[in-house]
Amino acid sequence: MVFLEFEKPLESLYEQLETISKVGEKGDVNVDEAINELQAKIKNKREEIYHNLSGWQKVQLSRHPNRPFSLYYIKNMCDQFVELHGDRNFGDDKAIIGGLGSIGGQTIMFIGHQKGVNTKMRQYRNFGMANPEGYRKALRLMKMAERFNYPVVCLIDTPGAYPGLEAEERGQAEAIARNLFEMAQLKVPIVCVVIGEGASGGALGIGLGDRIFMLENTWYSVISPESCSSILWRSWDHKEEAAEALKLTAEHMYKFGLIDGIVKEPLGGAHTFPDETVVILKQHLINQIQELRSLPVEQLIENRIEKFSQMGEFDE
Amino acid sequence: MGWFKRLKGGINTTTKQKKIVPDGIWGKCSKCGAAHTTKEFKENSYICPSCEHHQRIGSVDYFELLFDGEWKELFGKLKSKDFLKFKDLKAYNDRLKSARKKTELNDAITVASGTINTLPIVIAAMDFRFIGGSMGSVVGEKIARGIDFSRENKIPFMIISKSGGARMMESAFSLMQMAKTSAKLSQLAKAGVPFFSLLTDPTTGGVTASFAMLGDINIAEPGALIGFAGPRVIKETIKRDLPEGFQTSEFLLEHGFVDIIVNRKDLKEQLTTLLTLFKAQPPVLKPSNGHLNGTTKKVAG
Ligand SMILES: [Zn+2]
Repeated sequence: MVFLEFEKPLESLYEQLETISKVGEKGDVNVDEAINELQAKIKNKREEIYHNLSGWQKVQLSRHPNRPFSLYYIKNMCDQFVELHGDRNFGDDKAIIGGLGSIGGQTIMFIGHQKGVNTKMRQYRNFGMANPEGYRKALRLMKMAERFNYPVVCLIDTPGAYPGLEAEERGQAEAIARNLFEMAQLKVPIVCVVIGEGASGGALGIGLGDRIFMLENTWYSVISPESCSSILWRSWDHKEEAAEALKLTAEHMYKFGLIDGIVKEPLGGAHTFPDETVVILKQHLINQIQELRSLPVEQLIENRIEKFSQMGEFDE
Repeated sequence: MGWFKRLKGGINTTTKQKKIVPDGIWGKCSKCGAAHTTKEFKENSYICPSCEHHQRIGSVDYFELLFDGEWKELFGKLKSKDFLKFKDLKAYNDRLKSARKKTELNDAITVASGTINTLPIVIAAMDFRFIGGSMGSVVGEKIARGIDFSRENKIPFMIISKSGGARMMESAFSLMQMAKTSAKLSQLAKAGVPFFSLLTDPTTGGVTASFAMLGDINIAEPGALIGFAGPRVIKETIKRDLPEGFQTSEFLLEHGFVDIIVNRKDLKEQLTTLLTLFKAQPPVLKPSNGHLNGTTKKVAG
């Protein structure tokens, strides 16, 4: 397990737990009481740590190496899943995945940013930074879902769209803009969930839907705290301040009316309890899709556009 | 910030009056540095007479260049507010105050309705001088309302983009303006009302990745910087120099993301042609006796 700086108090408790458990396995001593005591301690410590996280700590959690990524959720939620590849035009982006899956007999089109689980895979996935063909693959799959009347689920987890030379040549901006334009009018329900990082246009490129949610320990903003620091503070050293100023946590986003709800993670976070988080998210998606399915298509689209039209704060 | 010194009050042009540019005020081309009088610049559509560089101009300048004399500003009262109490080295509120004072504008976009050679059009033009033409809630809302106005009145809509992207000081609110404006444009498209996007120097970030790329016709001014990521960020990412002409209007035309590059001097004429083409109705063909040709006459008897 990997422990972040502010999770360190948990590390020694886990180590103690492991040591005692090993002693217990030998069978010479009864360690049940000691184990119970330690587990209670861990629980208390978790509450202490995770109930008062700063914006920057949430950002760190959203990037926790043990946190599940899109394919983990999808494969564990679905009875069946077939990954589909390519934008039918240029190539297959590895930073955005998609495919057909089924949950309880309902076929769903899943789309998500994908990060890698180790050094090699992180590079393979381009750190979850998509190129235009990733957004175009996503759009192709959404249009297919529309044709067959399957709901769409988008899982958002990206530090941003890839700022590369070829990405510009192939129209990164156009690809994202086109998705926003098309997703606004898609004739099937779209549910979006930020499962990790929600950075900027790269996140929004698969983020326009009927319902937008954030897992508890994630963030959503127009820019990453690091880049914000470098531009507005003209140094990389103010990322903590930037994270606070951007008000990028799920709580803030919900309070502002920019998302429809927060999906609670188990105490200790999705990185500690990935499978429990899968179950929570799965149930949540089933409920949302069921609700959205009951709306007539025209109403669905009108509500969707109206929801985004309401976003903005100004004086008049 | 401005490319030449203006007389105080010069930009405070209200709806119907035209600016009077006095002789004898000099401005420098932002590219080649050549000095010309403001009158010379203005008479040349703010294109440098020495090097053809298109100077950065404001919304009112575009309205003067394009509209037939008069126009009506729409939604002019909308003002940004510091909803998040955002503070970096400077408080957002102070940034807004100084931008308003400097530009005498309420925000980074002005929407107006008027005619181009008698053809009606609604134009939303951005002002780079107002916090880098950044898109916050007001820019998004004014575009959304402009689209509604166009849609209800069946008048073609145009946005003149000139922006560094989203306004960071409004965080996710600015991000969501991308979704909002794009969703609204999808409604305009559905209603069959044309949308022209004019991309000018510079058009980057969230503005490019939303409405600026969504024109039925994407028009660019020559030599403009247009892209998603800024050149500096790309250079740092790929760790090598960027090729000559990268992210220019010409580059975008070559890669298929812009329909036409139009010299500012020809812009009004080009728009007139487009508006006429979009306005033209096909002749009504009457079906007759299985002939495809609707002009076939059927003689009774
Ligand atoms: Zn010049």
